[in-house]
Amino acid sequence: MASLRAYILARVLLTIPMVLILLTIVFFIMRVLPGNPVLAMVGMKASEEQIKMLERELGLDKPLWQQYLDYLWGLLHGDLGRSMIWGRRPVLQEIWDHFPATVELAVAGFTVSVLLGLVTGAVAAVKRGTLVDAALRVWGILAYALFIPLLGMFFQLVFGVWLHWFPVAGRKNPLIDVPRVTGFYIIDSILAGNPWGVADALWHLALPSLTLGIVLSGIYTRLVRTSMLQVLGEDFVRALRARGIPEDRILFGHVLKNAFIPVLTMMGLQFALLLAGAVLTETTFSWPGLGTFLVERIEYRDYTTVQGTIVFYALLVSTVSLVVDVVYAYIDPRIRY
Amino acid sequence: MLDVLRKYWRRQRLDVALTMLGLGIVLLVVVMAVAAPLLAPYNPVVSVDDSLLPPSPKHPMGTDSLGRDVYSRVLYGARIVLIVVLASTSVSLLVGSTLGLISGYFGGAVDRVLSVVMDSIYAFPGLILAIAVAAMLGPGVLNTVISISVVYIPTYFRMVRGHVLSVKGRLFVEAAKALGASDWTVMTRYVLPNVLVTIPVVFSMNVADAVLTEAALSFLGLGVPAPTPDWGFDLKNGQRNLLSGYWWPALWPGFFITLLALGFSLVGEGLNELVGGEA
Repeated sequence: MASLRAYILARVLLTIPMVLILLTIVFFIMRVLPGNPVLAMVGMKASEEQIKMLERELGLDKPLWQQYLDYLWGLLHGDLGRSMIWGRRPVLQEIWDHFPATVELAVAGFTVSVLLGLVTGAVAAVKRGTLVDAALRVWGILAYALFIPLLGMFFQLVFGVWLHWFPVAGRKNPLIDVPRVTGFYIIDSILAGNPWGVADALWHLALPSLTLGIVLSGIYTRLVRTSMLQVLGEDFVRALRARGIPEDRILFGHVLKNAFIPVLTMMGLQFALLLAGAVLTETTFSWPGLGTFLVERIEYRDYTTVQGTIVFYALLVSTVSLVVDVVYAYIDPRIRY
Repeated sequence: MLDVLRKYWRRQRLDVALTMLGLGIVLLVVVMAVAAPLLAPYNPVVSVDDSLLPPSPKHPMGTDSLGRDVYSRVLYGARIVLIVVLASTSVSLLVGSTLGLISGYFGGAVDRVLSVVMDSIYAFPGLILAIAVAAMLGPGVLNTVISISVVYIPTYFRMVRGHVLSVKGRLFVEAAKALGASDWTVMTRYVLPNVLVTIPVVFSMNVADAVLTEAALSFLGLGVPAPTPDWGFDLKNGQRNLLSGYWWPALWPGFFITLLALGFSLVGEGLNELVGGEA
């Protein structure tokens, strides 16, 4: 156990420079790159007075190094500043309003991608060298090259516009009123004991999560196939066969379980792709998550909110990669050494 | 060389077929881009007929909500994608490889700092980074190129640096150094050629990814400003009409985004098999 503790400590220490670098990069992008946020915000016709006032408020009149320290100091206290528009709410609060929608979509899309990848990859491995295997290999490459908005709109056209099976936009039916507790509609509906709410939330989630899941599944298809073939060639599989264990049980009981370890590693690596994919899925389906929020605020030139949201993404990525690494170290002792 | 290809052909027919398909797709889009003025029946940025006409012999892909010919826009759209994507990935390749070569070869504090910086950028979702840069720089071809190239610099940095580290300790490099070759000579004559082999594979995979990133930026309204024909922007622009059943102004440009990304992916896959699955 001592080695696990040492590993976790080392990993946490490693996260600090990474977070600092990411925060510095965001600062650099927002403050040092050309483009004047103040002018963009108040418009070209603003008076000298207005511009000065806004600059003072944003701290842009101070020297750059002091702006940098103020920025880090604020972050240390969980202060992402206030939005520049509508009611000037704290940015962090606005982020929390939109974050549950993104998590809901990401979890659903992730589940679809792993399930789809496991099934297709396992089938390809078992049918190795056949036409099915070849077709699934092409599918794996194609899935990766699919442009999320294209697939999303295709689904909207077929299952929304033509067949009327699924809604094409939004998270829920506005007529179903479920009190907000966690912000996750499915959980809130369960808490409120409203089965219609659960069904409605899932119904709205169907097309977006299928879109995101399909595009992300390609890499799992390939990975599961390769790692299953590798495991199938190992001695213990031959030993199991020699003992007369049925092929089904060998495949699903032993091989798939062992083939799952590289898939687990890939899940952590895929997190960044999941977030990026969610931005496109959200904007395609008007899903009110963090991605839609970010793009909308860029259009309104809400400078502090854009900065805050990017910072939030940076912290999220760093935290998740830390957690994933620690969990792996816990599951697989080999990683620690 | 020919022998290798022949043996490869016998063993991996599917790979060869897929690589050829990929090359064919890329070639098709290049022809579309180069010959757009010859192939396009109409001016892509002006209204030439009624709006939202379905595909017909007169308008092979129909017309959009402003009465512009979708086929002509798709042809001209190939230009923007190819220019932006090839320019940005070339910048990434040059900057990333140079930094990786220097970092890996000399090591020390510079190497440590560069590696941490590159790893941090690499871990960040590429599209969101590109969105942040593009949002601050504003729309335009050059700005889009910069936004995309930033995302892929770490890819080349990591690859080249890793290769340099593995080549650096090999006997022929030691020998060159012992014979008194300068750092520059060792790097360019002995280390670099060994790294170059894997670059085509990584490059074509990278271009495939960059096609999707470029399309995403213009889809989100952060790419080249209207009315320039651009696949990602036209896809977004056509969504409202698609939801009323007029699918052609949106799905045609969208289809070509995926087709081009698929083409480059297939070429990358094929090259990877050819060099022995190293990358």
